[in-house]
Amino acid sequence: MQKSWRRRFHLPAVIGTIPMILVAVGVFVIGIGFSVLWSFTSSKLFPTYDFVGLAQYRRLWADSRWLVSVNNIWFFGLMSITCNMVFGYLLAVFMDQRIRQEDLFRSIFLYPFAMSLIVTGLVWQWVLDPNLGLQEALRNLGWSSFSFAPLVDANTAIYALVVAGIWQGSGVTMAILLAGLRGVDEEIWKAAKVDGIPTWRTHLSIVAPMMKGAFATAFVLQCVSVVRVYDLVIAMTGGGPGIATSMPAVYVIQLITVRQNVGQGMAAATMMLLPVLVVLAFSGIVIWRRNRLGGAEA
Amino acid sequence: MRYRLLTAALAATAALQFAAPATAADLEVIHWWTSKGESAAVSQFAKAFDNDGHGDKWVDSAIALGETARSTVMQRVLGGDPPGAAQFNPGRQYEELISGGKLLDLTDVATAGKWGDVIRPKAIGSACLVDGHWWCVPVNIHSNYWAWYSKPVFEKAGVPEPKSMADFIAAAPKIKAAGFIPFAIGGDGNGWQIQLLFQDMVTEALGIAKRDEMYTKKSAEIAGGPEMKGVFTQLRALKQLTDNGYANRNWNDTTNLVITGKAGLQVMGDWARGEFAAAGMTGVKDFGCMIGLNEDKPVVSTDGDIIVFFKQNNPDVEAAQKRLAALLISPEVQVAFNNAKGSMPVRADVDMSTADPCMQKSLKAVDNPANIVTATNRFITENTNQQLNELVGQYFADDSMTAEDATAKFATIIGNSD
Repeated sequence: MQKSWRRRFHLPAVIGTIPMILVAVGVFVIGIGFSVLWSFTSSKLFPTYDFVGLAQYRRLWADSRWLVSVNNIWFFGLMSITCNMVFGYLLAVFMDQRIRQEDLFRSIFLYPFAMSLIVTGLVWQWVLDPNLGLQEALRNLGWSSFSFAPLVDANTAIYALVVAGIWQGSGVTMAILLAGLRGVDEEIWKAAKVDGIPTWRTHLSIVAPMMKGAFATAFVLQCVSVVRVYDLVIAMTGGGPGIATSMPAVYVIQLITVRQNVGQGMAAATMMLLPVLVVLAFSGIVIWRRNRLGGAEA
Repeated sequence: MRYRLLTAALAATAALQFAAPATAADLEVIHWWTSKGESAAVSQFAKAFDNDGHGDKWVDSAIALGETARSTVMQRVLGGDPPGAAQFNPGRQYEELISGGKLLDLTDVATAGKWGDVIRPKAIGSACLVDGHWWCVPVNIHSNYWAWYSKPVFEKAGVPEPKSMADFIAAAPKIKAAGFIPFAIGGDGNGWQIQLLFQDMVTEALGIAKRDEMYTKKSAEIAGGPEMKGVFTQLRALKQLTDNGYANRNWNDTTNLVITGKAGLQVMGDWARGEFAAAGMTGVKDFGCMIGLNEDKPVVSTDGDIIVFFKQNNPDVEAAQKRLAALLISPEVQVAFNNAKGSMPVRADVDMSTADPCMQKSLKAVDNPANIVTATNRFITENTNQQLNELVGQYFADDSMTAEDATAKFATIIGNSD
């Protein structure tokens, strides 16, 4: 009994991870605990412990800006994750063709990810600004009827954010998937060729399933970056025009800092936590079941 | 001998202590006076404080956009590192700072300076005088009820200068046809410029008494009434007169469109006058000002700026804070600051003979209590203020949102406000 405990908890390893455990417990568990706690209070600028039940949640779900934010995050998430995975994979396949100057191309595709979104977002904002960007430049060249100003129209601004999100995210997806592609044994390609299987079919039916791990990593990274999307919105639209491009993270920060309404902001933060918890619980169950099945087989 | 030496040493130390001037302090002041005219104005404060004879130093922390500056101050206070002083608009933005005991009580400075007597109108002082204590220094009176227009644009379009918003809307098609942007506005910072315009229109439509009743009684009935629907309808009409570069534009870039003769008219508080002045323009031949959206009904609102001081638990710093508080409201500093800023001084006993024609209009209007509109910020919290920003910002940006829908949402926000 004691032996198995020792084997499982190696003392130096435990000591080594103590700082990490402290940080994780201190920052995540306690921090999240307070967020949830305060979401049930009437806290305004200063946190208080005046409990008001679910009143903040009722207000939250009656706030049109929050509803717009939730819609936006679904739209932005679905669009950008799908496109990032597709473009990332296509780029990775392209890079895998033993092209010349591969390093150069890889740097170019990874560059958007390496730079701060505040900087790139601002550049996007300038390019798309009708008075100083692309539209003005083409009009000055003589194409006076040219009109392209997606950021200033409430109906199209979210698409501009999606495009910027793809531009930023597909490079890193490419890098991960390229590593996955390179990990596939050459022999498999040769075998598929001998069997006369077309290349696209090999990619879809043989190679892609073998890269499950790389796909999962890229997908999780994309999901995380979608849930916490903040700087891109702030730099490009500030949540506007009006409230057209507001996102949950932007909403939370706005509530806590500008609107001096900590209670409702924490309610929104707690709502953001829920889908993450659902995904965690789901993956937990999957792992638990797999372990149990694995145990039964052994 | 030994004894005498000790006495001498003691005496010397004491003398040193008394000879030295009261310890000077550096005070960090957070404000959002970042435009050209505003910087010129705030530098008057800094200059006066740096030369106050105590060796004090004004440490300037200018943060663009009011809501960003205010939230920075709040985060600093929450984090236990408040600045020496900070700018707010008079009203409810800082009520939790007072009730939370974060502010330095300025009552002794106010009593010595007779603030209760010299500050006019009384409504300006009441923003700082809470429960018999002075918690802030009012530094100026700004009115949000102004329209600024470019005389050359109206001339080139061949239309007479406007005397009311109705005149302007009637003239707008000709201004557009002449190749100008008729109506200049900006949508930065959650749409506060749009709300400023909106609030001016609300007062115009409801009248001062009914508007005050709506805000004090949180009356969803008035807020959902036919007058408000009219306001939203008119707001949509004004939107059609703007350019599509408005979305993220800040107020001084918007004013610059009028200054440079690209746009016809802007509705903005009289801090815009500081921009015209900084561009070397005078209110006689280059630009015109319309008081209260209707020259026949001049109104002046009691908006403006106040400065709060945060407790520092250091008597030397608090002494410096009180020196600055007294200085900000002193007649010489008031004249220098307000002439550059475009605002009215908070005291009548100063020489404003150098004021330009627009300022003269407001100095004349402020004498009649019937013309005075209480600032919206006095009634609503920052939370409600931002909700209104979002509503009018959304309505302005989204042409598919109906006036009925917007009016209903406005009524809900007012009805639920605290």
